[in-house]
Amino acid sequence: MLSRSADNLYWIARYMERAENLSRILRVTDRLSLMPASAEGVEEGVGNEWHSTLVVSDCEKGFYEKYDEATAENVISYLAFDPDNLSSIRSCIDAARRNARSVRTALTSEQWESLNSTWLELSRLKESRLRGGGLHGFLDWVKERTLMFHGSTVATMLRRDSFHFMQLGTFIERGDNTARILDVKYHVLLPEHAEVGGGLDYYQWASILRAVSGYRSYHALYKKGIKPWFVAEFLIMREEMPRSLVACTARVKDCLDELAEEYGQRHESHRMAGRRYSQLRFGRVDDVFRRGLHDFLEEFIDQNNKLGEEISRSYLM
Amino acid sequence: MSEAIFDEMGLNNQEIRRAYHGLRDWLKETPADILALRREEAETFFRRIGITFAVYGQGGDPERIIPFDIIPRILEAAEWRHITAGLVQRVRALNAFIGDVYGAQEIVRSGIMPADQIILNATYRHQMQGVAVPNGIYTHISGIDMVRVGLEEFYVLEDNVRTPSGVSYMLENREITMRLFPDLFSRHAVAPVDHYCDELLATLSSVAPRNCDRDPTVVVMTPGIYNSAYYEHSFLADQMGVELVEGPDLYVMDDKVFMRTTRGPKRVDVIYRRVDDEYLDPLAFRADSALGVAGLMNAYRAGNVNLANAVGAGIADDKSTYTFVPEMVEFYLGEKPILNNVPTYRCADPSELKYVLDNIGELVIKETHGSGGYGMLIGPKSTRAEQEAFAKRVKASPDKYIAQPTLALSTCPTFVDEGIAPRHVDLRPFVLAGQDIRVVPGGLTRVALTEGSLVVNSSQGGGTKDTWVLKD
Amino acid sequence: MSMRIRIFHETTYTYEEPVTYSIQALRMRPLDTAAQRILNWTVEVPNFGIVTDKRDVYDNALQMLYIERPHQQIQLRVSGEVETFETHGIVATAGERFPPRFYLRQSELTEPDEAIMVLAEKAQAASDKMPLDLAHSLMSHVREALDYVVGVTDVATTAAEALANGSGVCQDHAHIFISAARHIGLPARYVSGYLMAGADEVAGTQGEAAHAWAEAFIEDLGWVGFDVANRISPGMAHLRIASGLDYLEAAPIRGQRRGGGSESLDVRVRVAEGAGQQ
Repeated sequence: MLSRSADNLYWIARYMERAENLSRILRVTDRLSLMPASAEGVEEGVGNEWHSTLVVSDCEKGFYEKYDEATAENVISYLAFDPDNLSSIRSCIDAARRNARSVRTALTSEQWESLNSTWLELSRLKESRLRGGGLHGFLDWVKERTLMFHGSTVATMLRRDSFHFMQLGTFIERGDNTARILDVKYHVLLPEHAEVGGGLDYYQWASILRAVSGYRSYHALYKKGIKPWFVAEFLIMREEMPRSLVACTARVKDCLDELAEEYGQRHESHRMAGRRYSQLRFGRVDDVFRRGLHDFLEEFIDQNNKLGEEISRSYLM
Repeated sequence: MSEAIFDEMGLNNQEIRRAYHGLRDWLKETPADILALRREEAETFFRRIGITFAVYGQGGDPERIIPFDIIPRILEAAEWRHITAGLVQRVRALNAFIGDVYGAQEIVRSGIMPADQIILNATYRHQMQGVAVPNGIYTHISGIDMVRVGLEEFYVLEDNVRTPSGVSYMLENREITMRLFPDLFSRHAVAPVDHYCDELLATLSSVAPRNCDRDPTVVVMTPGIYNSAYYEHSFLADQMGVELVEGPDLYVMDDKVFMRTTRGPKRVDVIYRRVDDEYLDPLAFRADSALGVAGLMNAYRAGNVNLANAVGAGIADDKSTYTFVPEMVEFYLGEKPILNNVPTYRCADPSELKYVLDNIGELVIKETHGSGGYGMLIGPKSTRAEQEAFAKRVKASPDKYIAQPTLALSTCPTFVDEGIAPRHVDLRPFVLAGQDIRVVPGGLTRVALTEGSLVVNSSQGGGTKDTWVLKD
Repeated sequence: MSMRIRIFHETTYTYEEPVTYSIQALRMRPLDTAAQRILNWTVEVPNFGIVTDKRDVYDNALQMLYIERPHQQIQLRVSGEVETFETHGIVATAGERFPPRFYLRQSELTEPDEAIMVLAEKAQAASDKMPLDLAHSLMSHVREALDYVVGVTDVATTAAEALANGSGVCQDHAHIFISAARHIGLPARYVSGYLMAGADEVAGTQGEAAHAWAEAFIEDLGWVGFDVANRISPGMAHLRIASGLDYLEAAPIRGQRRGGGSESLDVRVRVAEGAGQQ
């Protein structure tokens, strides 16, 4: 297929995944911000939940060009609705639909209708209606619509190159998202002087897990309660957890293998994905902490980006 | 203007023509509310498949549907044979002319056409001078606009040989008619049009460059989703099973054209391009065009790719060149024209200009390089003030205008608010030229939906009808 | 009377980031005319590119340079030796593809506005109306109307814009002359080439040897050159390379690329008179 078409599909998937992740983070942050007081060891201001949300979504710089303070109202506006923010929920859905118009014949009618109706409804929503109580309803709606789109992709798309390009977009984006959540929250929650495994606000840890829809799953695997060490392991190395770094990398590798099979060609991206998967699959969480969780996650994000670029170079340009 | 108007069904003289007997009977049996219901279903169908066409000059809806009139227009086999013969002859002459323009220009040497008509014409593409094209064909797809004023009087109004559109409507109109009126349809033996896209692909493949030693790769090149005819580009590519590309998907290397695919670069042999000449190649034409492919003309001149329709074919699309077409038929083919031109006055000629200005109230005056019905004055329908304003424009640049007498276009029964009533129609048959020349049976009938209106253009509120050619 | 000129012209394009694809149309090779004989001439292009050697529709020598390998620099080296003859500006090329009246076509760069039309008509009124005198009058009027100043216009500046500016370079002088000439019915075209440094008041600086002028079609004489910027007829110090309707059609290099970021250009020119070593 045309590189541009594949590129459009890849980005539709990335944008929809991004919108979904953003809705999840915003919901969690909203809940957290309602909690009284701050955690032990967390300084005022540093632990500002809304600020950290900006960092997770990589929207910090753009936000502070527009606003002075990271209040709930400002951040929600910027991350959910602002067309100037290319990563806002609105912008993501706009961009996904725009891309979809260009590759309509590569999408199934279910996919198109799901995306188009989402976009139409969103364009009719008034931001003012969504303050306060309306926010949760909106975020739930976003989650529902993005999941529906993802579902229509998985349920109706023919398993060929177009499907694999979309999956690549989904999992590159998802891996990036999990790494950022873990990095920002963990970093914020674990000031340098505190010990790993020390007493920390339960709700903060629970928030990381909820942000990746992993609260129950975690408890299913780890019976001894929430420990930071285990949360990190859960989100980095447990392939059973669909949003973990290793699971996302595994899916990326699988898609690339499928493409190699279909096209009879392998590229640098295959080598990269294979290597990264085995590093994660056979790695140990002790090594991660010995090295420094923050460093590890920063490197993951960087390598994940590079893998995305390499995929672009191989197929989408 | 008091000539009798020819109604193709025969409604105005109480004698229904034979071809319309089936329709007459069916209309008698079918209540008006059923017809209204079917019309709504048609609109839903078109909206669902997204066959939209952006309308110029209005702030309105970019997802507008061109109105479809559910009553088909019916032509008899014999009259179609006559039309076909005329069209084939005309397209042969036009291709010979274009080849001559970019070759020896014999038609100028012979004194028939002044040199300036070519070399100073905006549609002349000097970059094509001396360039050979496969099979000598420049107009692979032509839309020849015709009107009818009497039972056997057909005129050619315009030759559209640059990027004629409307085929997708022709095909979708047939599709919806077959779905909505299977009983009416089955009572008639209608020549099919559904194979158009197969024929189009065969035509395009047949004009692959001579040095192409493999199965030719054909693509459709579109300016993109914001182009008003995008639906058709996408439709045709889809039906033919070929890639729909935009300029940036292609690039030229070593004078050859490639497209960027996920498997790597793929060689392209024939481009059915729906991008105007001006925007095709920033190294040959408009330097600011982002819709084209840098170096495309180099590949074309080198004979490594073919373009349909050819670059520079617009020299035959120009309304001032139109006046020479009957002479082209005689000059290149040695034949008498089967189809006539509408009598046309060239304002560039001083004596003809005088006639035009003296009779402005009875003539239709058009821009030579215009399209879509704009820049036009319909004398009998205009006010004194409008005529004076327009006359000023014509006097300022006379070479930009031609004039024709208003024609009493034929009418066809049309389902309007008041019921079935006659409305003026024209006809755009489509002619494919590859190894041979073929005419698609029927084509697109455009109808002016307003009573008495002669303006059929979709961009100004006209509609379309399914067009049936009955088999013998 | 004749002159021998040796030219060395090196152009280097450097890019901020790698360029992944580049296509360049090069018109850098002069052809024999009545006024010049090419003794030897080479155009060196990067060895990682593919070059096709053709003629364009005007019969100008045209090389297409295609590069698909990522690169951050393109260097082009032109060197050659020519012998030029005095013909008082009369150009007799090997063959003309188009009749003179073709060169009445205006392009986007030369489309005249009110000001150019007025200038043209003024020049016409001041002449004896015969084509040669008319052309000289035009040259003089255009030169008067536009000061030679580098850096205020660029390659995309139209004739009308340049005239409104009041200043420009040889490309602009040529375009305005051509626009005006065509407006009053005198076929005219654009020429790109070299002018040996020191030959005249304007093209004196190193690196400015690349030059542009115009040609007008004069009844009974044929195509005659007019170096509007210098207000002279091209002579033995002029080397004619390519011609067309305007700058874009005769430009020494014109192309497109993918990637690269910002581009910087470095030019080195050496022009010497007399016979040289092989």
